[in-house]
Amino acid sequence: MQESLLEVKNLKTSFSTESGVVTAVDGVTFTVHAGETLGVVGESGCGKSVTAESILQLLNERTTKYEGEINYKGKNILTLNKKQMQQIRGNEIAMIFQDAMTSLNPVFTIGDQITEAITAHMKMGRKEANKKAIDMLSLTGISSPEMRFHEYPYEISGGMRQRAMIAMALVCRPNLLIADEPTTALDVTIQAQILEVINNIKNELNMGIVMITHDLGVIAEVCTHVVVMYLGQVIEDADVESLFSNPAHPYTKGLLQCIPQIDGDRSRQLYTIEGIVPSLDNVPKGCRFSQRCPHSDAKCLNEPPLLEEINDKHKVRCWHYDKI
Amino acid sequence: MKGYFLTRILSLVPVLLIVSVFVFFLIHLTPGDPASVILGPQATPEEVEQLREQMGLNLPLYQQFFEWFTGILRGDLGWSISQNKSVINAFFEHLGPTLSLAVLAQGISIVLAIPMGIIAAKKRGTKIDQSVMVVAMLGLAIPSFLLGLLLMQLFGIKLQWLPVAGYEPLSSGLWEHLKHMIMPAMALGVIQTAVIVRMTRSSMLDVLSTNYIKTAYAKGLKERIIYYKHALRNASIAIITVLGETFGSLIAGAVVTETVFNLPGIGQLVMNSILRRDYEVIQGTILLAVVSYLAVNLVVDMLYGVIDPRVRMSRKG
Repeated sequence: MQESLLEVKNLKTSFSTESGVVTAVDGVTFTVHAGETLGVVGESGCGKSVTAESILQLLNERTTKYEGEINYKGKNILTLNKKQMQQIRGNEIAMIFQDAMTSLNPVFTIGDQITEAITAHMKMGRKEANKKAIDMLSLTGISSPEMRFHEYPYEISGGMRQRAMIAMALVCRPNLLIADEPTTALDVTIQAQILEVINNIKNELNMGIVMITHDLGVIAEVCTHVVVMYLGQVIEDADVESLFSNPAHPYTKGLLQCIPQIDGDRSRQLYTIEGIVPSLDNVPKGCRFSQRCPHSDAKCLNEPPLLEEINDKHKVRCWHYDKI
Repeated sequence: MKGYFLTRILSLVPVLLIVSVFVFFLIHLTPGDPASVILGPQATPEEVEQLREQMGLNLPLYQQFFEWFTGILRGDLGWSISQNKSVINAFFEHLGPTLSLAVLAQGISIVLAIPMGIIAAKKRGTKIDQSVMVVAMLGLAIPSFLLGLLLMQLFGIKLQWLPVAGYEPLSSGLWEHLKHMIMPAMALGVIQTAVIVRMTRSSMLDVLSTNYIKTAYAKGLKERIIYYKHALRNASIAIITVLGETFGSLIAGAVVTETVFNLPGIGQLVMNSILRRDYEVIQGTILLAVVSYLAVNLVVDMLYGVIDPRVRMSRKG
């Protein structure tokens, strides 16, 4: 097996708030290899985005505490200082965000925002940097890249903004891309195009990708491996085929049942998972999903299950996965 | 864009009309008769009556106003009886010290306040932030005349580094001029500083929590670039708004500061004119002060377009 590109080990991210310490990510572990797309899926508030931002340490440095290990190419980047981390961000590991409108600075041109990513990491003349930025823009399939280069974010469409974001993130040819819901704010046709762009560039650069999403459709389309998160923990970890054909955790089963089926009985009500995600300052004692789980018993309510291996490609955090 | 500013400038006309009505009646309704003040206590009632007639003070108020206002439209602000020169001339003779004071005070406040505000925002919640905010509060609480007197005591009398009061125009040399201006400009600038620090801090905090700042970090930019390029550019819209708005209090503060430091500026002109009931000077000066306030805010409005491309865009339509 090839060496892993990113290895997140027992990551714990907690925030100190006025009402005490809140742990948003609690012992998350996963691995990404070069050329592989790892999907991280879960409901809103399950800690996906916090996990993503923890990798680059983008959270408020004063109130956030990271524990565990984030090994990038075998080196724990949580131990790096500010300056070393700056050299990793954008250069080795890049990130794209959900809402390209608010994630681009409104008062600078697209071109300016891309070239500054270049000059932050490489010694390069203005002309050369501009050319590189335009080349990267055209690689994302944006229409008339030279024109977009001089335009401001508010002047272009949502799809183009996301392409510009991608160009900005990938212009330094990073080895790892973290994509935090990159297509959620876009309509379906644009969504497919953006995923294709990301996939093409991934193949060209042999990048690893961490794809954060709540959309199982996106997972099915682009990911090779998936971790399912619930309330700050990984509850299932599997390659994409096993997850869709053989979901082990009741929560994953629930998520899959939530997808409307066009060929099923359409008069039937759409399946929903009962209840809501508990708040982080009130984490259930046993299995974190126990209060919403149709199969939970006394053991589930009192003892937290561990992430157990079903086979070498599939892990699950459930007491009763073999019975249900 | 041009059309936008033309409309803005035209919209100033009704504002000026309202202001001039207000200024005129406020002054003419205050007690005291200019004719008797000019002639002094020895004048006979007949002499006073004669001067009143000459000055047009016996005409009905609306007629006096009409004459004054049509004069303004012709560019004639009236005649100063006490100084025996036109109001415009009197105004421009006194403009130098005030302009210098305002520019220096504003300059000092900007140079002090913006870095302080940025540091406070950057070190939010720490001792540094708290002490910056306490200093800013103190600056806001101290009246400028008191600060002026304290500065005089320290630098003028104790240390004897600077002249206690008085004025030298720029024509007698830059350093000569500055020597007389440093203390008044400090006294006036500190209050402005306090306001701008608070605004800079809060708008920087707003901007720093936006997504595009997170993006800038994710790109691996240096903190200096993130703060001074990405954040400050966006925060500066709120900051220059405050600069424009506080220009009014800067003018008001200048009047007091000029009195404390004995600077022959607009403040002194107004003070003396009020004491001598020199109506036309008071009216004219207040009107010009209002015009300059409006002009400053028009410039602020233009700067919005320079800073934010979206504003440029919306004005094209």
